[in-house]
Amino acid sequence: MARRVAIVGTGHSRFGVRYDVSIPELAFEAIREAVNEAGIGFDDIELVVVGNAGGWSSEPLPAIVVNEYAGLSGKATLRVEAACSTGSAAIKTARDAIASGDADIALAIGVEKMNESPTPTVVEFIGRAGNYFWEFENFGLTFPGYYALYATSYMFQYGAREEDFCSVAVKNHYYASMNPKAHFPRKISLEDCMRSRYVAWPIKLLDSSPITDGAAAVILASEEIAYKITDSPVWIEAIGAASDTSNISKRTTFTSLEAARLAAQRAYKKSGLDSESIVKNLDLAEVHDCFTIAEIMAYEDLGFVKRGEGYKLAREGQTYIGGLIPVNLSGGLKAKGHPIGATGVSMAVDITRQLLGRVEKGRQAEIRHGRGLAHNIGGTGHYAYVTIYSLSKPRGD
Amino acid sequence: MSQRAEIEAWFKKMEEFADEMKRSVGIPAIIDPRTGSTMWYDQRELKIRYLLSIDRIKKFFEALGEGKILATKCKKTGRILFPPQVDCPGDPKDEVEWVEIPNEGELITWTIINIKPYSFSHYEDYIVGIARMRNNVNVLSWVRCRDPSKLKPGMKVKLVIVKREPEGHLVYELEPVE
Repeated sequence: MARRVAIVGTGHSRFGVRYDVSIPELAFEAIREAVNEAGIGFDDIELVVVGNAGGWSSEPLPAIVVNEYAGLSGKATLRVEAACSTGSAAIKTARDAIASGDADIALAIGVEKMNESPTPTVVEFIGRAGNYFWEFENFGLTFPGYYALYATSYMFQYGAREEDFCSVAVKNHYYASMNPKAHFPRKISLEDCMRSRYVAWPIKLLDSSPITDGAAAVILASEEIAYKITDSPVWIEAIGAASDTSNISKRTTFTSLEAARLAAQRAYKKSGLDSESIVKNLDLAEVHDCFTIAEIMAYEDLGFVKRGEGYKLAREGQTYIGGLIPVNLSGGLKAKGHPIGATGVSMAVDITRQLLGRVEKGRQAEIRHGRGLAHNIGGTGHYAYVTIYSLSKPRGD
Repeated sequence: MSQRAEIEAWFKKMEEFADEMKRSVGIPAIIDPRTGSTMWYDQRELKIRYLLSIDRIKKFFEALGEGKILATKCKKTGRILFPPQVDCPGDPKDEVEWVEIPNEGELITWTIINIKPYSFSHYEDYIVGIARMRNNVNVLSWVRCRDPSKLKPGMKVKLVIVKREPEGHLVYELEPVE
């Protein structure tokens, strides 16, 4: 039987354009905080899983560089990559090692320094993430371009408007304004968003997550060790993972991400939660809003509402605190920022702190069920990870 | 100014600044005007251009020159594969044959690429769309259309072979029929 695994320490760097730090310096901001919070020594860590997508940054072996800087050389280590869901893949890899009995304490660290390359180079790198030869080489898709194919289809099929997409940006900036770690800790108006220029019609600049540097870290421990370290462990209740085709043209629908739906179903099944009434079991969700359309599809793919009704949740403000379910109280990828490899770990850090009632006033959810959900998508629905975090010890297998 | 020209001008400015710093303080330092952070301007430039194997699917490219766009088809299951591939997914025993893609289809979705990747920054804004062809295979490509406001899901499109300029190679594109 697999062992239970809990988060016993969290760390989070300031997100933004971090010209002031190198990759290992940035990673160490999060590692130091997580290790201090767990109250363990560096010697106690048996495995270091480094999530980093890279390409735009200079170090091809980021795990090795980060470990040397942090004093973790010698540990078992690897770098994992699952595009924008790299952070969740790092957590899963560390969780699996502990669940299997291979390690008792593991560090999962996501770090990304996108601004080591100029913006056009970053646009090029992300645009190539799909199917390089058949979709980039001759047709020059960009990341917003891929999601725009979904946005166009969604608007025509369901009658959503660009204002509905922008309402997601307004909400996420509102919560980011209370998050001192956010890339853009400031509010925007619907008009600001609607007036911003198109980057890939119908997606506008303020529908889009920024190019961000940042790091986030969690210390994971087995049940036995977790109780020795802390009296408030946050458990990884379930992880659902899935994938989809590299060629976006091979997808059957452009109004929903099949991988996200599959990952959610798998996570709900593993946790024993009823997918029909999932919102009744959650206090909050962090979802992958790399573009505003992605958050709207997430509402549907996660089963918060029926297909085609996600934009209504946004329009009616149902994903603010006090609504049907609060979503992206951290500011989301949209306003907190999206340092590719760090994002999944950042979601875990923020949900942990939310469940423990530790975040800033104004963006703290009311914790009644003791459960939060992270929805982390890699590429344009190429990878999907849905992770459920809980204050209650999960049921056994 | 084209996006390419803007980018080149920006690089030139950075390089000139770094050169000036080398002369004055001895290192290629860049000072971020907003935060005052100091960065080292990389003195090593990496040039990447891949050699992509198309040997097994050569027929696709030969056919382009003859005015045809091909896919492959799994003989046992009848499944059509586009982009073409020479092995049948999920079945090690099945084999493929080459078939022509019917050139009529319906537009499913599209976008206009306003902010372009560096290697596409010499083009004007371009439209990328996905169409479902008559044999139910989806094709993604540029859409040749002067007025994107006329595009609608379900509108008839045809697949055409054109020469991509300024590179001068053959490529397929979707073109509205109306």
